[in-house]
Amino acid sequence: MIWLLYDGSFEGMLTVVFESYEYRWKKLHIRKEGITVPLLFTETKTVVTDEEKAKRVWKKLLDLIGAKGIRSVWTAWLSEKETIEDTILGVIRYAIDSKQNVLSDFAHPDVLQLHQTAKSVGREKHRMEAFVRFQLTKDGIYFSVIDPDFNVLPLVLPHFRDRYADQRWFIFDSRRKYGIYYDLKEAQFVDFVPNSLISLNGVSPDAFGEGEDLFQKLWSDYFKSTNIPGRKNTKLHVQHVPKRYWKYLVEKK
Amino acid sequence: MQERLQEKLNILADSAKYDVSCSSSGSDRKNTGKGLGNASASGICHTYTEDGRCVSLLKILLTNHCIFDCAYCVSRKSNDIKRAAFTVQEVVDLTIGFYRRNYIEGLFLSSGIFKDADTTMERLVRVAKKLRTEHRFNGYIHLKTIPGASDELMREAGLYADRLSVNIELPTERGLKLLAPDKTFTSMEKPMGFISNTITALDDTRKLMLSTPKFAPAGQSTQVIVGATDESDHEIIQTADRFYRGFQLKRVYYSGYVPVLADNRLPSLSTQVPLLRENRLYQADWLMRFYGFGAHEILDSGHSYLDLDIDPKFGWALRNLHLFPLDINKADYEMILRVPGIGVRSAQKIIAARRFKSLGWENLRKLGISLNRARYFIVCKDRALETKEYMPETLRHLVLSSGNSKFSDLWGTQTSLFG
Repeated sequence: MIWLLYDGSFEGMLTVVFESYEYRWKKLHIRKEGITVPLLFTETKTVVTDEEKAKRVWKKLLDLIGAKGIRSVWTAWLSEKETIEDTILGVIRYAIDSKQNVLSDFAHPDVLQLHQTAKSVGREKHRMEAFVRFQLTKDGIYFSVIDPDFNVLPLVLPHFRDRYADQRWFIFDSRRKYGIYYDLKEAQFVDFVPNSLISLNGVSPDAFGEGEDLFQKLWSDYFKSTNIPGRKNTKLHVQHVPKRYWKYLVEKK
Repeated sequence: MQERLQEKLNILADSAKYDVSCSSSGSDRKNTGKGLGNASASGICHTYTEDGRCVSLLKILLTNHCIFDCAYCVSRKSNDIKRAAFTVQEVVDLTIGFYRRNYIEGLFLSSGIFKDADTTMERLVRVAKKLRTEHRFNGYIHLKTIPGASDELMREAGLYADRLSVNIELPTERGLKLLAPDKTFTSMEKPMGFISNTITALDDTRKLMLSTPKFAPAGQSTQVIVGATDESDHEIIQTADRFYRGFQLKRVYYSGYVPVLADNRLPSLSTQVPLLRENRLYQADWLMRFYGFGAHEILDSGHSYLDLDIDPKFGWALRNLHLFPLDINKADYEMILRVPGIGVRSAQKIIAARRFKSLGWENLRKLGISLNRARYFIVCKDRALETKEYMPETLRHLVLSSGNSKFSDLWGTQTSLFG
């Protein structure tokens, strides 16, 4: 049994997959560097990311499981689950051995695990597209802080870029300490907060742009007005808007 | 100024909330030339009301002044309530302000009928036009069409809106006569027919000329109120089926009647909202739209009401036990869809997975199938879980007593109502 560590990049993981074949490691676990591995009786090795090797695995995967399949692998990988690399390795090995698109074999434990994880991540992506609340700052940036369970910023970027093409916006992931900034030209990943008036919980009222107060008030009022007391169903409400997301929602404050 | 806007929003959102449609799906309008917004094909619910309904659109009335006197409607002219009206610019500003903050997918604009149908419709169209042309807004717009509005206005509405709807509200002609004397079935079906014909005509033209403009790309929908009059589920399902087939409706919404007005033609103010009945109707609707069921298979003149205790698919299966058990490793997709406890996604996964190997109970359970119900209707590669032949009544009882219905807390109050 060998424990292979990589730098936490997707290319890094693909490099490990490549080397597992290159060096014929049969029994192995793949982990991100920094994750604790059992100390006793274990052999560990840190694999250096190699773009060439990663590319070759990518190409092979494209043949075996198609672009849609790679997207599922990538999405599941973004879950950051401790054992997700082992699941992905299991799927890739199965794909190489059976030489057909195994991603529709829902009865295979690794394939099923991959799909279920990708589904959880996809659900969180969708929630962020729904629950992001932009606050307009004095310098004209629509700002939002999120704290998603999985690393979904790369997945939501195209959605926000396409939709909010005529306003500057910033979405910051407070757990992973990075964000996306769109400057009317392109959306880029950045690892800073643009303004000292912005805390990890959002924009401080001193930094609100014109009309921000009013729109938050109007939206809260609107939310109250849409409720029909005769149909009250708190269980259903909380099922759709889990409490951990309330801190970002203007209407739930 | 600000207070007045707040007050208007409260009044005009409050009177719009009984329209249950909030869908923002079905349109693929793109954001072209760096304008604002686009439509998400599958729709996005940005929040949920405390009664658990999705909030996707800014749903408001342009005004709640109305010349009609429909008994079920809070805005009816004889009702003594606060009245208000937005200006076109106010609706536009609210929509844009909410949209930029990612509160909503777009606007659902309806209105009381002030003066006449054309004046009202013209004002609704003007809001949509202003959003699309002046603000280059590509988010979702749903316009309620006003029965009796001219074809020209309807045509213009469809060019700016993603979805149009005409609410029939009461599923039978006698219901309309009783509660909405100003409306007739014919006056409601005329605009539905116009929308449906225009969509079809433009689709045909588009095959020859790609630049043909989009007309209501997310189609049309309607709403029926359930429990305000004495119509049966059978009549409701028949009406829905006629709309789906006759006018290619995307959705029929069922809205359990919320007693808001005292009127001797209506259920009393203490009547509970028939949530369970509403839910069963939606399940029946899903069976027609996604599971290949015909209206006649769900209810017939011998069965006028849906069984409140069990879902309509299970009900159908109990009446058709001779078709089961089904071999999950061999049966057609269409039949697998009809097994109680198996949904569309699970059915697709079964078809995909069984190409690799024969499936057993453990596989099925992991795919997310509810074996609690399905076990009585299927066999697989493993030993059968059920070997006895049950009578429908026994089976019904077995399944009911083994599961926890999400409605169990509603039993006490609602079964007696419909008992």
